[in-house]
Amino acid sequence: MQAAMSVVTAPPSEDKRWRIIQTTMRRQGYSPHALIETLHSVQAAFGYLDEASLHYVAQSLHIPLSRVYGVATFYNLFTLKPQGAHSCVVCLGTACYIKGGQQILAALEQATGIHRGETTPDKQVSLVVARCLGTCGLAPAVIFDEEITGQVLPDEAARRVKEWLAYES
Amino acid sequence: MNPEELHDIAVKRREQQAQFENRIVVCTGTACHASQSEQIIDRLNTEIKGRGLTKRCAISAGGCRGLCAAGPMVTVEPEHILYQGVKPDDAEPILASLNEAPVERLRCDTDAPFFARQKRVVLEYNGMLDPEEIEDYIAAGGFATFINTLTQMQPSNVIEVVRRSGLGGRGGAGYSTGLKWATVAKAAGRHKFIICNGDEGDPGAFMDRSVMEDYPYRVIEGILIAAYGIGADEGFIYVRAEYPLAVKRLRHALRQAEKYGLLGNDLCGTNFSLKLDVRLGAGAFVCGEETALMASIEGKRGTPRPRPPYPAESGLWGFPTLINNVETFANVVPILREGSEWFASIGTERSKGTKVFALSGQIKHTGLIEVPMGITLREIIFEIGGGIPGGKRFKAVQTGGPSGGCIPEQHLDIPVDYASLAQVGSIMGSGGMIVMDETSCMVDVAKYFMEFCMTESCGKCIPCRVGTAQMYRLLDKITRGEGTLDDLTLLEDLCDMVQHTSLCGLGQAAPNPVKSTLRYFRDEYLAHIVDKTCPAGVCTLHREAVSL
Repeated sequence: MQAAMSVVTAPPSEDKRWRIIQTTMRRQGYSPHALIETLHSVQAAFGYLDEASLHYVAQSLHIPLSRVYGVATFYNLFTLKPQGAHSCVVCLGTACYIKGGQQILAALEQATGIHRGETTPDKQVSLVVARCLGTCGLAPAVIFDEEITGQVLPDEAARRVKEWLAYES
Repeated sequence: MNPEELHDIAVKRREQQAQFENRIVVCTGTACHASQSEQIIDRLNTEIKGRGLTKRCAISAGGCRGLCAAGPMVTVEPEHILYQGVKPDDAEPILASLNEAPVERLRCDTDAPFFARQKRVVLEYNGMLDPEEIEDYIAAGGFATFINTLTQMQPSNVIEVVRRSGLGGRGGAGYSTGLKWATVAKAAGRHKFIICNGDEGDPGAFMDRSVMEDYPYRVIEGILIAAYGIGADEGFIYVRAEYPLAVKRLRHALRQAEKYGLLGNDLCGTNFSLKLDVRLGAGAFVCGEETALMASIEGKRGTPRPRPPYPAESGLWGFPTLINNVETFANVVPILREGSEWFASIGTERSKGTKVFALSGQIKHTGLIEVPMGITLREIIFEIGGGIPGGKRFKAVQTGGPSGGCIPEQHLDIPVDYASLAQVGSIMGSGGMIVMDETSCMVDVAKYFMEFCMTESCGKCIPCRVGTAQMYRLLDKITRGEGTLDDLTLLEDLCDMVQHTSLCGLGQAAPNPVKSTLRYFRDEYLAHIVDKTCPAGVCTLHREAVSL
């Protein structure tokens, strides 16, 4: 056990962001139960979990890669694919659903040409669906790049996303 | 920290507050935050500087006043003037009105039933405390109850007070909190854990988010008292990652509490110690189930396991563990402060105290309310909630999220308590209350919840993993106009099978939305199947499909 603790695996690259992840793991003594916190940390730093990062986390926390992969794919918030430059999160909680969240999603899918959970081929926009943001007072709600917007209309949502697509091209 | 030190902090902060003639409190909860409340604070601060009012008027961040749909909400103290729908540009007229007549066009009537009919115990501070200032909480009497309890009461007495108060678990099941504590206290072992379940996954529920965001110290104080009662020395607050503001404020609150010696080793000169930390979920509804939640804290996939053994005997890493919901912990402080008789005097014979509900959907006053148990659904929806907007007709109210049911008009006069809601085929649940009018199709709603349960099923047990998918397919078929009467029979059989054979609450309760809509809105199912029409006009049916 002690021998294992003393061997700290080197990160996959020189990227300075790995230091944040190392700090997260160190704070919890490189214990296997730090796995979810560590994956959060990787995703916050790099935007998604790539294969190299899963290998690194598995070795550092002394957990089989299969278990790391299992956890990374079990939880909805973790993503193994790179995300677009912009993100658009449509809430489909009950309040948003009965107030037309589904129509917003349909308008966004049409505007971007992608389905929920996908990213446009030019890597500009990711379309994500949330279960409930807990802001039911603002239903239907959409998060455009971290900014929660309430009482969104389908056309309005489509227009905002098209602006991102048009601007970047 | 000892009682004198705590008293000094409170006095000092109250003196600081008294220096100001006015205090303007701006709600910074998630909903108001999204409606520019930070910009309002910035503008108010700029304006008071410009007007030379910095010594006379204090601007502070506050918590939720409840009326989320009318946000951002701004309160002017000491007159308790409440403003709604405030824009950054309104900073000027609001400041100009201090000591003069209030700005009428922004005024929100606090005598309206929305406010007057509520009974606030958990939300007793009405959003008037700065959620990031521990001194504000201490000045309002915070942590005094914990220190009194710790220094003057035996742990067994703490449990007895909570048991006699009749407090039931606010996560939904309503199991006696006192009995749960007593079981963990009795469990053998020197190391015990305490967990606060803040994984509020029910779509349409945001009570716990609001409590964690607005009163993080209150939750921590409740956990401290419980930990002392049961003898726990380490704990976690498990919060869903979808609530970034709650996570940020809880972490900040924990650091402040540690700094003041309200968390850590040998608290207040006793040998009671508590180490408390925040753990993040990662978007899995099933983690609200206690055994799945513990697996998640252990860094594993959030899959439940059979009980017994219950967490009280063998919980986190095999140690005795107490798990209570956020709102349950938030009730502990007033119970210890005011006594169990006081708490037991609120509510009904079998359900004591108050309940916080998140009111949303097709209702005028969307937001957060706290009412005494026993109030009727009609009073909540039509008096406090202001009824249905746009002259539409009420159809159903959904309580309990994906594990609950839809309650129709004819049962609106039942009292809100655990038993009555169960009798009409729903559950109290954690407190989401979604109102639907004639534009909602009940088959579509049932399909919506089944899709939710199907996707959120962890896959460990077959009845839930396969059963929810089968039920979803049948409902989808019906909403497309391709269903038959045989499908309806099959759907009902599956409901019973999944309910009785699933491993955890997710699967056991997944059929509830289907069962309750079949019970009260069977005609809508039949309209889809026999007449190939959707009475609410929501579903797109294939009329040409071969029928029956």
